[in-house]
Amino acid sequence: MAKTHVSTIINGEPVEFLCEPQQTLLDVLRDELGLTGSKEGCSSGDCGACTVICDGNMVCSCLMLGAEAEGRSITTVEGVAQGDHLHPVQQKFLEHAALQCGFCTPGFIVAAKALLDENKNPTEEETRYWLAGNLCRCTGYDKIVRAVLDAAAVMRAEAAE
Amino acid sequence: MSYLDKDALKVVGTRPIRPDGVDKVTGRANFGADMTMPGMLWGKIKRSPHAHARIVSINTDKALTLPGVKAVTTRADFPDIPPEKRVLGAAPANLWDLSRNCMAKGKVLYEGHAVAAVAAVSPAIAEQALDLIEVEYEVLPHIMDVEAAMAPDAPILHDDIFTAGIEPRPTKPSNIAKVVRFAKGDVEAGFREADVIIERRYTTKPVHQAYIEPHACLVSVAPDGQTTIWSSSQGQFMVRGYTSRIVGADIANIRAIPAEIGGGFGGKTIVYLEPLAYMLSKKSGRPVKMVMNREEVFRATGPTSGAVVEVKIGAKKDGRITAAQTVLKYQSGAFPGSPVQQGCICGLAVYDLPNALTIGYDVLCNRPKVAAYRAPGAPIGSFGVESAMDELAHELGIDPLKLREINGAKNGTKAAHGPTWVNIGYQQTLEATKAHAHLKTSLGPNQGRGIASGYWHNAGGESSAACHVNEDGTVTVTEGHPDIGGSRASMAMMVAEVLGVPFETVRPVVGDTTAIGFSASTGGSRVTFAGGMAVTQAAQKVVEELKKRAAITWDISPDAVEWKDGKAYPAGANAGSFEPLDLTAIAGKSARTGGPISAEVQINAQGQGPGFATHICDVEVDKETGQVKILRYTAIQDVGRAIHPSYVEGQMQGGVAQGVGWALNEEYIYDKDGKLENPGFLDYRVPVASDMPMIETVMVEVPNPRHPFGARGVGEVPIVPPMAAVANAIADAIGVRLRDLPMSPPRVLAALDQVEPMRQAAE
Ligand code: FES
Ligand code: FES
Repeated sequence: MAKTHVSTIINGEPVEFLCEPQQTLLDVLRDELGLTGSKEGCSSGDCGACTVICDGNMVCSCLMLGAEAEGRSITTVEGVAQGDHLHPVQQKFLEHAALQCGFCTPGFIVAAKALLDENKNPTEEETRYWLAGNLCRCTGYDKIVRAVLDAAAVMRAEAAE
Repeated sequence: MSYLDKDALKVVGTRPIRPDGVDKVTGRANFGADMTMPGMLWGKIKRSPHAHARIVSINTDKALTLPGVKAVTTRADFPDIPPEKRVLGAAPANLWDLSRNCMAKGKVLYEGHAVAAVAAVSPAIAEQALDLIEVEYEVLPHIMDVEAAMAPDAPILHDDIFTAGIEPRPTKPSNIAKVVRFAKGDVEAGFREADVIIERRYTTKPVHQAYIEPHACLVSVAPDGQTTIWSSSQGQFMVRGYTSRIVGADIANIRAIPAEIGGGFGGKTIVYLEPLAYMLSKKSGRPVKMVMNREEVFRATGPTSGAVVEVKIGAKKDGRITAAQTVLKYQSGAFPGSPVQQGCICGLAVYDLPNALTIGYDVLCNRPKVAAYRAPGAPIGSFGVESAMDELAHELGIDPLKLREINGAKNGTKAAHGPTWVNIGYQQTLEATKAHAHLKTSLGPNQGRGIASGYWHNAGGESSAACHVNEDGTVTVTEGHPDIGGSRASMAMMVAEVLGVPFETVRPVVGDTTAIGFSASTGGSRVTFAGGMAVTQAAQKVVEELKKRAAITWDISPDAVEWKDGKAYPAGANAGSFEPLDLTAIAGKSARTGGPISAEVQINAQGQGPGFATHICDVEVDKETGQVKILRYTAIQDVGRAIHPSYVEGQMQGGVAQGVGWALNEEYIYDKDGKLENPGFLDYRVPVASDMPMIETVMVEVPNPRHPFGARGVGEVPIVPPMAAVANAIADAIGVRLRDLPMSPPRVLAALDQVEPMRQAAE
C-alpha cells in the first residue's frame, strides 16, 4: 500500500514523514522518528503511557493515526523541557520521587503539563480525575499527585513574579 | 565496620534526586522496546487458541513464502533438556518447564501458549505471516478450577507428574504437583484447649503483576554464535542463564544488556521472548526485536495463583491462641511451581503459636504458568489468616489490634515453619499503629475500619559490585541488579557515605553481564540488602586502598593513615604532619602510587532481616452500587533503616495500591472454553489515581544488624496486609464478611442482600 506523506510540527519543529495508513501516531513517533520517550503500554487507550498534546488537547497517541498528524502541532515528552531547563512538573517529579520504574512517567509528565496549561490551581480531586487515564503500577499515585500540586504552586508563584 | 548509628550518617537517610531521574522525566531512558539495530527484523508469536490440546501438526510453508518473512521457528528448533532447577530469579525455575512454556512441546496447556514465531521486515508482515501458519489441534478437556483440578477424575495436564511430598510415591499421575507441610506442636490438642474456634474458607482469584511495560527484547546472534541480548528483565544474568540453556548456547557467547525496566513485581524474573528471538535471529542472520502487546501479556505471562485458603484458629477467652491450622490450595498454571510454600509460611509467621499446622497444595490447571508476584504467595495465605484473626477478635469481643499484641511474634518466638526470631520489629509496628492518629478519628455511616498485618522473609544471595575512583576523583559504582524502583540512588548513597564524598560525585551504573560479576536478580526485596552490602564492601576496600596511597605519598605506614569525611589524614601526631589528601589529590597521582584505584567484590549475602507490617484501612461502602471507596490508608512497616526514605515510602505506597486492586477489582475472567475474556486494562481494572487516597506511611526502624547500614528489604511486605485490611474494614462498615476476592460491587451487593433481605424486597 502506498505510504502517506505527512507534514506536521513536533515539539515546535516542522517535521515530514511517510507512514503506512494503519500506523498510529505512536508507531510513527517511536519507529519512524526515533522519539521513543512516548511509551506503549496497551495500544488501546487505557494506560496513558503514550500521552501527547495535539493542538492543545491531551490525546493517546496510540489512538490517533500518524496520517492524522497532518497540519497539527504535537508536543511529546521530549518537548516538555526547554533546552536544559526542566519544566516544573519534571522538576517536582524528581524532588518528590514520583517515579519508580519510570515507564509511566513520560505519559504523566505530558498529562500533568496539559492539566496545568488549562488549570493553574487544580484541587487534589481534580488532579486525580485528570490523571485517571494514566496508569502507574509502582507508586500508588501519592507522590505523583503531590508532585503535580507542588508544580502548580511553583508555576503560580512564578507567574505572580 | 558498620554504620548503624543513624546520627552519624550524612548521606544515608537523606532524600537526594535519583541519578537516573532526569533521563526518566525527559523521555531519554531506554526501556525494553526502545532499542533498534541496523537491519533489525520484527518477531511475532503464534499462540494457541485452546486451553488444552494436542498439537497434531504445524505447517509453516505458506508463512515462509510471504515476501518480507525471513525466519520461522517452532519447537523443532529447540533442544530437549533435562529437568533442572536453577535459582536465578526470585524463585527456582525448572528449565525444562520454562523451555516448554516459551514454546509448547506436544501439547498446548493454556490459551496463549506459544506454538511458533516468525521474523519479518515489519510488524505488519510478521502479523500477516502468523495467519499463514497452519496448526492442527486435537482439543482436550481442560480444567481451570483449583479444587476441580485436584479431583481424582480431573483431566490431567502432565502424565509424568506424580504428587511430590507424600509417602508412598503415588502410582497415578496427578494435577497436584506437590504437597508441602509445616507443623509445630500438636494442633488437635491445641484445638481441644480452645474456648473459641473460628473455621473459615476464603478464596482469591489469579491477578496479574500488570507492570505497565510489556515484555520486550532485541537479540542479535552472529554467525559465530556471539550474541547480544538487550531486554527488560529483573536480571540480566537470569536472562543470560535461562536463554543459554533453553537454546543450547554457551554462556560466554551471550552478552545480556539490561534495559531500563518498566515494572516487574516478580513477573520479569523468567524469560518468555528472549529464546524465541534468539532462534529467529540465528535462523535469519539478522537482529530480531520482539515486543508483546498487552493482550499477550495477560494471556501468556504471569499471573499469580488463584487459591482456596482454609483457616482454623482456636483461642482461649483471654485471646491467647492455642492452635492454628491452614490448608492452602494454589493454582500453578500449566507447570508446577506456585508460591504455596511461602503462603503456608508467611500467613502464620506473624504469630506466636504453640501449636500450628499448615498444608499447601501446588495444583496444575490450564492457565498460564504463574510467575512471582511481589511477596509471592504471602498475600494469599495472609488474606485468609488476617481475615480469620479479625473474625476471631469479634467472636472474642477483643479489639483486633489487642489480639495481635497478645499473639504477635517477638524476638525469641519459634515460628511455625522453624526459625526462632531475632531482631524483628513486628511488635514495634503494633505500637506505632496504636499510637497513630488514624485510629483516633471517628467514622460515619457505612464507613468501617480494618487492620491487618503481614510478613515477608526478604532475601539475600549473590551480588557483585565494583567501585572505581576516576582520574578526577569522582566515583563510578557498577552493580549487577536492574534498577526497578530507584536502587541506583541507594547504592550511590551508601558508597558516598563510606567514602565520605558528596552523593553527586558518585555515579551508579547497572552493568551488563560482561561488565560486572554474577548477580542474582532484582527480586525478593534483596537489592538494597545484598547489593547494598556488596557496594558498601567495595567502597570500604577502596577506602583501604586510598589510605595506602596516602601512606605511600607521605612515606608512612598505612596504619598511620585515617580516613575521615572524604580525606586521608595522618592518624595522630606520631604519624607526622601532612596536609590531608582528598580523592581528587590521590586519584591525580595514582599512576605514581600503584595504578588505578578500584575494588570489586562478590558476596553471597546472608542475614536479610525479616519484614513485618501492619496496615490500617478506612472504607466507605455505597449500599446502592456496592462500590467500596478507600477513605484513608496508613501503612506501618519495619524497614530496618531507610536508605532513601522517599523510595521506601514509594515501595510501601505502591504495594498498598496493588493490594487494593487485588482486594477490590482485579481478576481473570475465563469463558467456559478456558479463554480469557478480559485481557486488557479496560476490563482488568487496576487502581487509577481517582480510586486512591493519599497513602500515609510510617517507617519504623529496627535496624538489621546483619547489614552495614541496618537495611531490610522493603518492597514486598507492603502488598501482604491490604486485602485483609480492606475486607476487615468492609465487615466493620456493613456488618457482613466478604471471604471471596475481589470484593467487587456485585459481590458486595450480594453480601448485603444476605443481611438486608428487606432491602432487596423493597427494590
Ligand atoms: S499505549 Fe496508548 S493508552 Fe496505552
Ligand atoms: S513508576 Fe512504574 S508504572 Fe509508574
